[in-house]
Amino acid sequence: MSDLNISEVALSNAQIAWRAAQDIEDGSYVNLGIGFPEMIAKFQPVGRDVTYHTENGVLGFGNAPLEGEEDWDLINAGKKAITLNPGASFFHHADSFAMVRGGHLDLAVLGAYQVAQNGDLANWRVGSKGVPAVGGAMDLVHGAKRVAVVTDHLTKDGKPKLVEACTFPLTGVGCVTRVYTSLAVVDIDGGKFILREKLPAMTLAQLQSVTCAKLHSDGKIGDLVVPEDL
Amino acid sequence: MDKTIATVGEAVAEIPDDAQIMIGGFGGSGAPIELIHALIDRFRATGSPKNITVINNNAGNGGIGIAAMIKAGMVGKMICSFPRSSNAEAFNEKYLSGEIALELVPQGTLAERIRAAGAGIPAFYTPSSYGTELANGKPTEEFDGKMYVRERWLKADFALIKGQMGDKVGNLTYRLAGRNFNPLMAMAADKTIAQVSDLVAPGGIDPEQVITPGIFVDMVVQVADPKQEEVLVRTGVIH
Repeated sequence: MSDLNISEVALSNAQIAWRAAQDIEDGSYVNLGIGFPEMIAKFQPVGRDVTYHTENGVLGFGNAPLEGEEDWDLINAGKKAITLNPGASFFHHADSFAMVRGGHLDLAVLGAYQVAQNGDLANWRVGSKGVPAVGGAMDLVHGAKRVAVVTDHLTKDGKPKLVEACTFPLTGVGCVTRVYTSLAVVDIDGGKFILREKLPAMTLAQLQSVTCAKLHSDGKIGDLVVPEDL
Repeated sequence: MDKTIATVGEAVAEIPDDAQIMIGGFGGSGAPIELIHALIDRFRATGSPKNITVINNNAGNGGIGIAAMIKAGMVGKMICSFPRSSNAEAFNEKYLSGEIALELVPQGTLAERIRAAGAGIPAFYTPSSYGTELANGKPTEEFDGKMYVRERWLKADFALIKGQMGDKVGNLTYRLAGRNFNPLMAMAADKTIAQVSDLVAPGGIDPEQVITPGIFVDMVVQVADPKQEEVLVRTGVIH
């Protein structure tokens, strides 16, 4: 890995979220996973009309309410208080997951412990210890037209998260279509990682050296450029 | 037909030991706190009902509601999708010491299993959990080139649910996102007990606005000013 310090060039979570937000299409229905993916809504490009879905039965929610103005019957899947946009709707849990599995969502974005080159995702537990909890992750990876992941390229102790085959327990098989990492934008197609964008500060060889599966290319590799001041 | 019951204590009086109980709500939204607390009070006074199986999305929060049931020692098993909430010490302690069993179910599968029971569908196929450890031992089948897992319906002896408006024949509405699992559970239990904030005369709910038709509800008890679980947890209330 020669003399490049990854942590100095890697994007922050906000910058990864910003990049992911640029691909949210006008008029789309979107589910953002609890935690990091939720940040993407903040960077939704102006002029795009996006309807957000949350598993517990709300379509068309907006920003968090001001502190002190929460109504705790009005929450999202992360149990955070939300507000409603004009045109919002409520429905029960079976309808909510019909929207998910039935292919009605355009995009679901989740976090990841590992993503494999065939699109397998591991994001719900790292071992057999502790209290397991899966929530809606295993449902969300099926049905949305595009299933994207936002993640650091490496774990906190420096291990690649893009791998040939996941070693952590799987959330779903062959489900991820695009990954936004702190170093690159990678599509998954035909059982391969297809590199779309990489940080201009890194060479392809440097990026490959921190990726545990072959990065393929089917044309031009763009520069991953995001605002500095997020 | 009059399904109204005067008090929450009377509403839960017949729930026996070893019962399988669905409890509505998602986190604190739509959780029937007063019915749960009435059940805990009965257990503390009489030792019954014990060894309950609870079906809920979560496994309780703080020191009230389902967490208080678990802490009281009346729950033998949880069937849920996400027990690991921010304030779930009651479940965590019992689970890690082997005092409570857990059946972990993906959230959408949990909802559909409950819906299927209510609709008389014994099993269905879902893509969720295919290829994961939660599908171990379950039959799989290919449909149109994609693999699916067969899941069974999920029934209960009782459902404790929370509505906003209710009438004496059991028609219900729900408040905001408090709907969640409540209408499904109402359909899937042998006996459904609903607490409602507003008990209205028949006709008081516009038929076009009824979410749960009364056929799915057996008892209606008014709790005029219900506690909100999240507010109780945030203020540190212990039941």
